[in-house]
Amino acid sequence: MILSVGFVTGLFAWCIFRVLRGPRDPQKLAHIEPIEESEADRR
Amino acid sequence: MSKPQEAWSSRLGVILAVAGSAVGLGNFLRFPGLAAQYGGGAFMIAYFVSLVVIGIPICWIEWTLGREGGRSGFHSTSGIFHVLIRRPWAKYLGVIGFVVPVSIYMYYVYIEAWCLGYAVNALTGRLSEPGVNFADFFAQFTGAGQDGVALKFGLQDVGIFLVAVFALNFYFIYRGISKGIELVCKYAMPALIVIAIIILARVLTLGTPDAAKPDQSVLNGLGFLWNPGEIGRGLLNPQLWLAAAGQIFFSLSVGFGVIITYASYLRKQDDIVLSGLTASAANEFCEVGLGGLITVPAAFVFLGAAGTSSAVASGSFGLGFNVLPEVFARMPGGQVFATIFFILLFLAAITSSLSMLQPGIAFLEEGLGIGRRASVALLGLITAVGTLFVWYFSKDLKALDTIDFWVGTLMLFVQATILIIIFGWVVGVEKGWKIAHEGAEMRIPNFFKFVIKFVTPAFLLAIFVMFTLRSVFGWNFSFADPVFDPTGYVRDLVGDSPNRVARMTMGLIIIMTVFTIVLVNIAGKVWGRAEKLGKETA
Repeated sequence: MILSVGFVTGLFAWCIFRVLRGPRDPQKLAHIEPIEESEADRR
Repeated sequence: MSKPQEAWSSRLGVILAVAGSAVGLGNFLRFPGLAAQYGGGAFMIAYFVSLVVIGIPICWIEWTLGREGGRSGFHSTSGIFHVLIRRPWAKYLGVIGFVVPVSIYMYYVYIEAWCLGYAVNALTGRLSEPGVNFADFFAQFTGAGQDGVALKFGLQDVGIFLVAVFALNFYFIYRGISKGIELVCKYAMPALIVIAIIILARVLTLGTPDAAKPDQSVLNGLGFLWNPGEIGRGLLNPQLWLAAAGQIFFSLSVGFGVIITYASYLRKQDDIVLSGLTASAANEFCEVGLGGLITVPAAFVFLGAAGTSSAVASGSFGLGFNVLPEVFARMPGGQVFATIFFILLFLAAITSSLSMLQPGIAFLEEGLGIGRRASVALLGLITAVGTLFVWYFSKDLKALDTIDFWVGTLMLFVQATILIIIFGWVVGVEKGWKIAHEGAEMRIPNFFKFVIKFVTPAFLLAIFVMFTLRSVFGWNFSFADPVFDPTGYVRDLVGDSPNRVARMTMGLIIIMTVFTIVLVNIAGKVWGRAEKLGKETA
């Protein structure tokens, strides 16, 4: 129980933290990370 | 498809909308029942394997294909397949993407009305009155006892609640993506989680309410569901894998045509990897973290091991609408907790039912070239006919059950298989991978390329074949002494004593499918003319 509940709670908390910490302006959501290494100049 | 498009107003909004679509009655009723039935240890291992192999990959696929289709101005499954594959037959692969959500809505809104009705009856104290026979109340309220008896409009009948929730759904759908669906989910999902946590706190502090029955404690209730049991032996049970994979599959709303439509309203470079994972994680938190700790332990405390076993065996409806009202009636403060529990179920249901309408609206708008008002009116008419059918033919919930099995279960598998084959083999994993990571805030681990291309389709196919052999042909899972005894779903349609309502329901499903194929054909001509015009203009 502890493993299952702990895992899903931890995953959910981590995801929400990442989302809330992310860019707030919806217009700037794009191009946060380049698609491929060869496109690193887009960083 | 160059007219101004609707879009989500915020990233959290779309995540909550997708999570709201996924979080439904199954999270709080079906999951704990299955976990208790198969034993917490082995079942959870199979459950998490299925989450990684089927659930999350197909979610990412739907988000990716949806956003890519939306970039070209398409929001329906048919339209998205049409623009991605560019073959005349491609749009027909999306027929199920219309039939499934619209057909499921026809009975799901009926169940949603039960939730609201039970919340109101709990609030008025009807469910707390001494001597209430909850099985009789359920049969009368839902019309499960006889056809036609549910067509009444008192407070203890489903009618008034059904009309109210049906109208409410279409009101919000008419308001659109951001002012309708997103607005509802932004308030309903946090409210749902808060209510679930309040009920969870109540359940975990129940202790041992009856000193004469010291075994019936909340700790033993948690153990009843979560104690690992014989893990090795459990994992060798094919039915356990079938149950776990099926729960993941249905719980995450994959194959419904919902996620792909919702994702098509994203902006061109919005993140989908983290958003998709977050929506899945929210569903898992509600299912395992909340649903897994509330219903079964609460039932155990008041009904004991034997009572809870029979409650679990009675299925989701039996547990939710017969057993839990009785549990709340015995609980200190039960009237309040019963009210908010059924409000919780109602919120879970309405965020799901709204999501079932949007694929239909999107298809009618872009396929027939009609506006929001006309598409809402047309879909309202189609679903009203189906819901009226389910409402009238309520005896043994036969119409509801028949649609749920043939459309809400079998067709879902087919749609999910189509999605994974299109992503992995038609679009191609490498190209799909690149599309998925445009604007991404995190990377999908590379081993998922192999999983998506080979493991997920094979696993899905294995589960689908097992499910069909078991639930359609009634195989006993024995190679040494195989027995095939077709299930009631088949015997209701063919054989010595077919069921009239089941046959009529199958007729309704066939009419619906043929009607959709005709609409897709018309849509193809509309899209062809638009593309031709576009080329000439260019």
